[in-house]
Amino acid sequence: MDADKLAVQVADLTVAYQEKPVLWDVDLDVPQGVLMAIVGPNGAGKTTMLKAILGLLTPAAGHVSIFGKPYQQQRSLVGYVPQRGSVDWDFPTSVLDVVMMGNYGKLGWVRRPGAADRRAAQSALEKVGMADYADRQISQLSGGQQQRTFLARALMQDAQVYFMDEPFQGVDATTERAIVDLLKELRAQGKTVLAVHHDLQTVPEYFDWVMLLNVRRIASGPVNEVFTDENLRAAYGGRVGFLNKRQDHEPA
Amino acid sequence: MVAGSASLTSDKTMSLLDLLNSLLFDHTIRTVALGTATLGIVSGVLGSFAVLRKQSLLGDALSHAALPGVAIAYMLTGSKSPAVLMLGAGAAGVLAILLLINITRQTRLKEDSVLGIVLSVFFGFGLLLLTFLQRNPDARQAGLNTFLFGQAATLLTRDVVTMAIFGGLALLFVAVFWKEFKLLSFDREFGASLGLPMPRIDMLLTTLLVVAVVIGLQAVGVVLMSAMLVAPGAAARQWTNHLGRMTLLSALFGALAGVAGALLSSLGTGLSTGPVIVLCISVIVLFSLVMAPNRGLLWNYLRQWRNRRRLRTEAVLENIYLMSSQHDDPSHPHAITALEAVSGAGNVRRSLEELQRRGLAVPYDGNKWALTAEGVRAAQTRLQPAQKDEK
Repeated sequence: MDADKLAVQVADLTVAYQEKPVLWDVDLDVPQGVLMAIVGPNGAGKTTMLKAILGLLTPAAGHVSIFGKPYQQQRSLVGYVPQRGSVDWDFPTSVLDVVMMGNYGKLGWVRRPGAADRRAAQSALEKVGMADYADRQISQLSGGQQQRTFLARALMQDAQVYFMDEPFQGVDATTERAIVDLLKELRAQGKTVLAVHHDLQTVPEYFDWVMLLNVRRIASGPVNEVFTDENLRAAYGGRVGFLNKRQDHEPA
Repeated sequence: MVAGSASLTSDKTMSLLDLLNSLLFDHTIRTVALGTATLGIVSGVLGSFAVLRKQSLLGDALSHAALPGVAIAYMLTGSKSPAVLMLGAGAAGVLAILLLINITRQTRLKEDSVLGIVLSVFFGFGLLLLTFLQRNPDARQAGLNTFLFGQAATLLTRDVVTMAIFGGLALLFVAVFWKEFKLLSFDREFGASLGLPMPRIDMLLTTLLVVAVVIGLQAVGVVLMSAMLVAPGAAARQWTNHLGRMTLLSALFGALAGVAGALLSSLGTGLSTGPVIVLCISVIVLFSLVMAPNRGLLWNYLRQWRNRRRLRTEAVLENIYLMSSQHDDPSHPHAITALEAVSGAGNVRRSLEELQRRGLAVPYDGNKWALTAEGVRAAQTRLQPAQKDEK
């Protein structure tokens, strides 16, 4: 594949906490405009991989490029949705305020968000079905609403590539629907999404690409090519009781 | 506090007037009050961030760590000038931060253990230097001891000016880096993903916290300073869900405690200012914890009580309805004793009276009660979803 066309290219990424490697020599090529699920058992290094790609922790080795250039130069093209549980939702601030944080990187020093940022944040909230919650104190949100607030903040970044850490974790049906619609809209706009995902059964329905990870990369590519029983067994070991159920679930 | 005691007797009213009088016209008291107000404002603003970042212990560590800085500054320069001693305190504070960051990064110790270690090592070393210096009569006169518990009465105009300049600078930094500090406090990793230099922003905010500590040392002392950093923010958080308003309120609480403490200790009772200021802010904290709407204990208690009463009343409503539906007439009256047997614990009569006020139930010959037509409808709508579930 031509390197310029790749939205994300990861080479030899290795991360170790103390001596134990949590991510070993991972290579990953993601073309533009795909929705990629990152799946793997607990402790497989999914979150670690996202954080290493985003430079939030220092890898022992490896290189990340976005659209053919080193990540550090392309940061403005990248959006991030952290795990919902990573912040204190009792922080004294409003939904709109959190969404506007998505623009802090582009605002620069000293400047405060203005009326234009406010409007942009409001329209990002509309896209996730949260338009009526702009002034709500964030501690009053349900889990699904918290997740949608984080998604709106990422939309505010107006990025080309989005990294999402378990966007579907513990959300209600409305939110799940809203996220799926949003992912499809992003893909239609030619954006690329990499999302850590836990529910194997919905992978073929929600995503078109998948990466199977367990410290090493087991496989990555289009869902219909690499989301196979063999690869899943390699990633999850023997614990894949869901495989038979998956047959029933697959769209007819 | 002051206003409360003033209304008791005319004697007390006089003393309130005296206090106001001295605040406005007595040079010494005015200076002290201005100084402690400055300290309250600066520590209130920076303490808000410490509270929100769950770094209350950091303020404690930084203030204790300042003590050896004061002693060393005196030993090196022989100067008793507060500006020099404050500079020493500040340098020791910054050194403590650097140690904290590096020990946390290089070892597997958790941050709270490192805070504890830095706090006790620096404070112990500071006490050691102080006892050593006490043997020297010059040093005794320099009043280094006052940095332990503070001595606001020693504040001179030039000290207050120094405090105001440093404090004003610190507040200016907070205003300029407001959105960065907010992002740091709420979601540091997201900030880093935006490419903002979060470690440097953290270092800046922590340095400003050291400035707040240094400003308070002379008046409140290293031991009580941590209260001035944590208490105003903790109290302010109770009243608002808005970061800007919380910070302003925290500054106001800090200033209020500062002025009240300075005035109360000037009454000539021999109370030192630092502890009185800390007591004043503690009263504000206590009041806020109990009385604040939404987050206050009293409010919570009332909400629980109201919910419990509502649930009890609705249970009684459902029970009358269910008992009546065994007859053909849904508004068949029932004796209170029967209802008590079905509803179990709780005051059934009070619940019935509540239902009567809402027009849902009516009493018959004293001890019997029945639902009104309205009450029957209310009970039916309440029970409907439950019956659907059963199907």
